Amino acid sequence: MVLSSADKNNVKACWGKIGSHAGEYGAEALERTFCSFPTTKTYFPHFDLSHGSTQVQAHGQKVADALTKAVAHIDDLPNALSDLSDLHAYKLRVDPVNFKFLSHCLLVTLACHHPEEFTPAVHASLDKFFSAVSTVLTSKYR
Amino acid sequence: MSFLSAEEKGLVNGLWSKVNVDEVGGEALGRLLVVYPWTQRFFQSFGDLSSADAIMSNAKVKAHGKKVLNSFSDGLKNIDDLKGAFAKLSELHCDKLHVDPENFRLLGNVLVCVLAHHFGHEFNPQVQAAFQKVVAGVASALAHRYH
Repeated sequence: MVLSSADKNNVKACWGKIGSHAGEYGAEALERTFCSFPTTKTYFPHFDLSHGSTQVQAHGQKVADALTKAVAHIDDLPNALSDLSDLHAYKLRVDPVNFKFLSHCLLVTLACHHPEEFTPAVHASLDKFFSAVSTVLTSKYR
Repeated sequence: MSFLSAEEKGLVNGLWSKVNVDEVGGEALGRLLVVYPWTQRFFQSFGDLSSADAIMSNAKVKAHGKKVLNSFSDGLKNIDDLKGAFAKLSELHCDKLHVDPENFRLLGNVLVCVLAHHFGHEFNPQVQAAFQKVVAGVASALAHRYH
């Protein structure tokens, strides 16, 4: 799946509108993922996963910062995300199915907070973008 | 043991009572065809699906979306026996329509996105989680009679 220039523009515009809320949305997307897909909690036995947890907030910010970097380097995701790709392949080893759960919950979070931005075309572009990021993060798994 | 807890049933029914089923149906089916264009394979006779705008304003897409979501809505009334409720439709989707059940999962998640879009903060993590169970249950019920 290739990101068209329209996709890239949609993603950049949407992510730009999010601005400083990115960390908050990252945390919300994680909370939604843990709620809807409880098996994802198995990767965080060391976390307090209750609502408002500072660990989840911090982790949400981390995820958001990585996505912000990905948006800034949308033309070269493999290079920009290379370190994160190594981390996920050799250390974290999160099963690939889980990237779909988090990606879906990121879409849901954005739909909730930015209904005007979340048009069908932008929805499609974001879905493709998260899919592309997920592919890069799992690219060195085997 | 019930499929959904009493609390989850409350959350689902509470939100669903505010849903314009006809409109949300058209929106969900339209977005499915936009976001996952390969799903258009089942709708070759629907006319112009050449752009997001064309799809979302296509009368056949809206009509079919309305049909699909009304059926889903009926199923919600039998939430504790989804397999029974969707048995005939499952056979139809396998034997006549030849739809890969993966498409039911895709549509379910698009529906969740549409609900989030419409309800915003009201569609909180707990409400979403209850709906994820519902759409997974419906998808599973529709796939149950496949052979």
